[in-house]
Amino acid sequence: MSTALLPPRAAIPTAVDRAVPALTSTLVFIGRSIRHTLRNVEVLSMAIILPIMLMLLFTYVFGGAIDPGGDYVDYVVPGIILLCAGFGSSSTAVDVADDMSNGIIDRFRTMPLRSDGVIVGHVVASLLRNLFATGVVIGVALLVGFRPTANVAEWLGALGLIALFILAITWLYASIGLAARSAAAASGYGFVLLFLPYLSSAFVPTDTMPEWLQWIADNQPITPIIETIRGLLLGTPIGDRAWWAVGWCLVILVGAAAWGAWQFRRRAGRR
Amino acid sequence: MATPAIEVNGLSKSFGTQRVLRGVDLSVQAGTVFALLGPNGAGKTTLINILSTLVAPDGGTATVAGHDVVTAADGVRAAISLTGQSAAVDEVLTGEENLRMMARLSGYSAAGSRQRAQELIERFDLALSLVATPPVIFLDEPTTGLDTRSRQALWDMILALAAQGITILLTTQYLEEADQLADRIALIDDGVVVAEGTPAELKARIGGDVVELRGPDDTVLRELATDGSVHALRAAIDELDAVGVPDAHVSIRKPSLDDVFLALTATTASTAPASHDEHELEVSV
Repeated sequence: MSTALLPPRAAIPTAVDRAVPALTSTLVFIGRSIRHTLRNVEVLSMAIILPIMLMLLFTYVFGGAIDPGGDYVDYVVPGIILLCAGFGSSSTAVDVADDMSNGIIDRFRTMPLRSDGVIVGHVVASLLRNLFATGVVIGVALLVGFRPTANVAEWLGALGLIALFILAITWLYASIGLAARSAAAASGYGFVLLFLPYLSSAFVPTDTMPEWLQWIADNQPITPIIETIRGLLLGTPIGDRAWWAVGWCLVILVGAAAWGAWQFRRRAGRR
Repeated sequence: MATPAIEVNGLSKSFGTQRVLRGVDLSVQAGTVFALLGPNGAGKTTLINILSTLVAPDGGTATVAGHDVVTAADGVRAAISLTGQSAAVDEVLTGEENLRMMARLSGYSAAGSRQRAQELIERFDLALSLVATPPVIFLDEPTTGLDTRSRQALWDMILALAAQGITILLTTQYLEEADQLADRIALIDDGVVVAEGTPAELKARIGGDVVELRGPDDTVLRELATDGSVHALRAAIDELDAVGVPDAHVSIRKPSLDDVFLALTATTASTAPASHDEHELEVSV
């Protein structure tokens, strides 16, 4: 019969069991954020070019004045790595704020899945992007005379701490992106954090600073992290600063994740 | 009576001191279109946000597809889709990547999501031809390869376009599609138009009623087209009786476009479309 040539008209659809496993949706979100990273060529190239330019600037322009002996490159590389990580992570705040204002997160929230995986996606993509940028920075540093003394275990320890720092700072930026009212505001708040490495032992030893500033520099999170990386790569004394470094990273990570989770719930349906 | 798809009782919501919803009651039957009409700030979006599980109500209850929006939010989410006031599209990804991502997040497998995206891109193809809402549209086998629901959506779209006064010339292999959509049909065979008219006129071309011989399991064993006269009907029934199938019965129906197609292309029967049913149709007048 003619009616047999075509399937019957669609009946009223019924909801089927469409719940997506958290692993699947999180992998989809990670893939999405990696695509964003690869397509956002300006952000990706800035995340790599700016730290390299800073390193060349500190090594060849300021370096001679700070340390006439010419060993300043060894001193400054750990600081440049953290500066690079902080700068590269800051775009996460803008990415998350964009998602919030665009409404796509509200769309994800109304689907049967773990919608906070979208933040995990941004964080993981940022971690990969910044580890890559860190690799480039270290490569360039070796070309301009960086001579680390680390063995394999010390390299792994340093890279592990750098990865932990990137994770913590990225999550903090993601939470800033969730709390901000717009992408521009997120970018502004994030800028404040980028200042922290300058007020640490990243570029000059803290004992060259005025006393009040020295106290701030010695007790802020960046200094123990930098000193630990410097100790691992170059054999300078670390002391108990490794514990402070890991502790600070964990405190930032847990605090940022809790703050972010609270903001994520609070901002539902409000753009 | 059917259970409502959406049921809202005494729903209230405040933001700070501002009471946005003050006890809303609603019931929406399944399969119906229900409009919420109100000025800016009336609480329309807030109500949608509560029903789509984005925002928790302060008081009252709401169920969607039988699931409570507060205590069974995941059940609600599996039964809904939300289109907000602005396009919530990932503008960095391509259209196809957006479709694949949404399909994947809706429970399709990796391969299934690619296929689903492809189906929707075919609809997108139609959207491209409608960008400028031209007065005349050509559609060359627009529903070939579509699944049932996409085909139905496309049919509805074509009928809506025609209702706006747009002229549409479409080609199709599906006789039912022509029957459903077209005001007039030209039957083309072997490079010539063999018949033209409204679906009713074409059906009338092969006369009156078709007599079917059906077996005990209700499958059609044989059909005979007639001119609708008592004499022709009796002759047809006699002929079917002579086939001698035990427990068979006959039924009489109006001719379909299939019958017209077969009758008018009988001379080129060997090239009849493979999609047609295998039982034969003979014209006895």
